[in-house]
Amino acid sequence: MARDFYGVELKSRLMLGTARYPSPKILAEAIAASGAEIVTVSLRRESRGQRGGEDFWGMIRDLGVRVLPNTAGCHSVREAVTTAQMAREVFATDWIKLEVIGDADTLQPDVFGLVEAARILSDDGFQVFPYTTEDLVVAERLIEAGCRVLMPWGAPIGTGKGLNNVYGLRALRAHFPDTPLVVDAGLGLPSHAAAAMELGYDAVLLNTAVALAGDPVAMAKGFARAVEAGRLAYEADPMSPRDMAEPSPPVIGLASL
Amino acid sequence: MKLIVNGEAREIAAPTLDKALEELEMGGRTVATALNGAFVPARRRAEAALKEGDRLEVLTPMQGG
Repeated sequence: MARDFYGVELKSRLMLGTARYPSPKILAEAIAASGAEIVTVSLRRESRGQRGGEDFWGMIRDLGVRVLPNTAGCHSVREAVTTAQMAREVFATDWIKLEVIGDADTLQPDVFGLVEAARILSDDGFQVFPYTTEDLVVAERLIEAGCRVLMPWGAPIGTGKGLNNVYGLRALRAHFPDTPLVVDAGLGLPSHAAAAMELGYDAVLLNTAVALAGDPVAMAKGFARAVEAGRLAYEADPMSPRDMAEPSPPVIGLASL
Repeated sequence: MKLIVNGEAREIAAPTLDKALEELEMGGRTVATALNGAFVPARRRAEAALKEGDRLEVLTPMQGG
């Protein structure tokens, strides 16, 4: 089943962040190697002397990818809403990756603020990609608020721990069969991305795992293949695990020696 | 008058937001603005009057995850 992202269908199921790469050149090469069609971007304070923001934005535009601006670093509904409005003007898109951070140590979403901000922004014409937990009731509220995509965390941002709650993510997939679901944050290895895709998730969004790898371009390729492999496996309807061994060759016709 | 621009105290003579950006040498750049926590669209900057103690945020694209 093809689940689109606010009307946009993608060939690649890998979304990539643009932060923390060793250089702009390696960032550009990693994006190309990943095949990602969506990259996340952010806003920071402008300084008088530097024009780094314009250079960065020019480079991203040249890559021909779609941008998903975030509200990273926002701890209140008001901050997140204002940041989203500013991002819409600068990046010329209604898409927003909505983050309302509730805890400074774990960067856990403030799901109450998230739902409130999602409602305000959806009513204002934004197409919201909420960074949330795997909580089913919060997911339901986000959809009621107007979200047509959900992005539950795999693990806290930047930890690289993989899927912390496979049971919860599987339950979320089962409860929302028609909603595009993206595992966002916490992935460290291609195998984590493959596991998310095998659960039937529509895409994964990651950043640090590629950016901080010794060779980000190679790791971007690795993730691209893992995402494809995991998706193929999901579509292929995997066998069920069993407790007892079962011989692979047929027993009938076995020689009695 | 004294404004807080991106968290720093600055002495600004311009009466409106669009003129303040020029005074800050940020005119014509790819930026978005917020005054006292509220977004001010580019087309409204000329109408946005500034007063002593206003907090102005001027943001530009950056890398993000």
